[in-house]
Amino acid sequence: MHRKSASNPFLEEVAATAPGGDALRTCLQCGTCGGSCPSGPDMDHTPRMLFAMINGGMREQVLRSNTPWYCVSCYYCTVRCPKEIPITEIMYALKRLAVRDGLYDDTTAPDFSKTFIHWVEDYGRSFELGLMGVHMIRHNPFGAFKIMDMGVGMVTKGRMGFAPTRIKALDGLKRILAKAKELEAQT
Amino acid sequence: MKYSYFPGCSLEKNAASYDVSTRAVASRLGMQFTEVEDWNCCGATEYVSLNLTAAYSLIARNLAQATKNTGLDQVVAPCSACYLNLRKADKVLGQDARLADRVGKALAAGGLSYKPGSLHVRHLLDVLYQDVGLEALTAAVTKPLTGLRVAPYFGCMIVRPSFHNGGEDPEYPTSLDKILKALGAEVVDYPMKAHCCGGHMTQISEDTGFEMIRRLIKGADDYQTDVIATICPMCQLNLDGFQGAMNRHFSTNYHIPVLYFTQLIGLAMGMAPKDMGIGDEIVSAAKALAKIGTAVEPEPAGPARRKKDDKSLPMPSRGGGVA
Repeated sequence: MHRKSASNPFLEEVAATAPGGDALRTCLQCGTCGGSCPSGPDMDHTPRMLFAMINGGMREQVLRSNTPWYCVSCYYCTVRCPKEIPITEIMYALKRLAVRDGLYDDTTAPDFSKTFIHWVEDYGRSFELGLMGVHMIRHNPFGAFKIMDMGVGMVTKGRMGFAPTRIKALDGLKRILAKAKELEAQT
Repeated sequence: MKYSYFPGCSLEKNAASYDVSTRAVASRLGMQFTEVEDWNCCGATEYVSLNLTAAYSLIARNLAQATKNTGLDQVVAPCSACYLNLRKADKVLGQDARLADRVGKALAAGGLSYKPGSLHVRHLLDVLYQDVGLEALTAAVTKPLTGLRVAPYFGCMIVRPSFHNGGEDPEYPTSLDKILKALGAEVVDYPMKAHCCGGHMTQISEDTGFEMIRRLIKGADDYQTDVIATICPMCQLNLDGFQGAMNRHFSTNYHIPVLYFTQLIGLAMGMAPKDMGIGDEIVSAAKALAKIGTAVEPEPAGPARRKKDDKSLPMPSRGGGVA
């Protein structure tokens, strides 16, 4: 067990929110994570820098950083980290904290996740056309023109569903998710 | 060889060719798949970005469904994201007692339960490589892919994080290479084989998303690749569906077809291209497959346009204005 930091409640918060997040205390600041990251150049802060900021208790700056939202979940950093910090899980934890506290400047990525899950919560399955449609109208209305040929191809080849599939035990799933959200709110 | 089968949302429509080729190949190789009853979405990478307990409960419902009344202790997923989510949830719920307690209570609200560790979650690639094996695959080949240069593309979630990948190197895996070689293909030593396709990034930032696709397509093109073989519907959608948009974004003109490895296995076993869902790809594989003597039926032509004849109305003269 690692020593807890009484003076840095933010570090404790992140460590407790991510499964295996306790390992974050052992970060060496070596930079292997940032050097391994395929989307690193477009991030506000490299993961290494973000972890230094967490250590420094810079809660708002960390949660407002675009870094977790540009993480593509490729797990390169996770397998390369010499201290075996589950970095991808920490990025997910930072996203959850940012969403819960409304601390994000660009709504594109959080909205995408919310739209995706909206279909899943209402039908039990995801719905690509509904997701892309709603998301593009909100965030990239001209983007539709750029992928027009793809859209036509997807439709003519029968790869695009026009309605989501509804699972049979949808009521049961809704009860499970309602209970899960209730319990998550108590954490 | 009996397994529970978890197709996942993508395989319902967008990646239907992966589903049909998987089922056909599995049945030919003597594997029995029983689809998980009334399965739900795994939440991809989206739910865990919003709510931890709900995300793991959503996944755990599938684990519970897969063990309920089936008597099967192995579940196979062809989609890398579904596979990792199912596998990771099983592991995390076995380690994190507080999360497992919350998820258990949530499942109980829906009349379900799942004991972590009671199900072995496998990816289709792993099952074909380990359980069927190269020997049986080689023996099943009747129409080898001789002369076809194929780049094996693993993507991320089957080889990383490395707790689950069956001893494969997380950065230089080789099982798919060996399978393709068994099919008689000329296997490209593809340097981008375990790099990321970008997942949902085309929808978040075009600059980031298209750049990640460009690297993979350029890498394959640099090595004179005829076809990229993929094992994941998200990778296929990005590399195939968005290839045109990526080309326009960078003013490039790549044309590299992307097929599921099960489609190539089916072709090598002599199955008809149509039965493998060949032709569903946006970047046509017809030219590449002609190299191995596989003719793909041409796409049905659209409605015939009315031919111009002398009776057609004249087009307005150019330049406008009054003559």
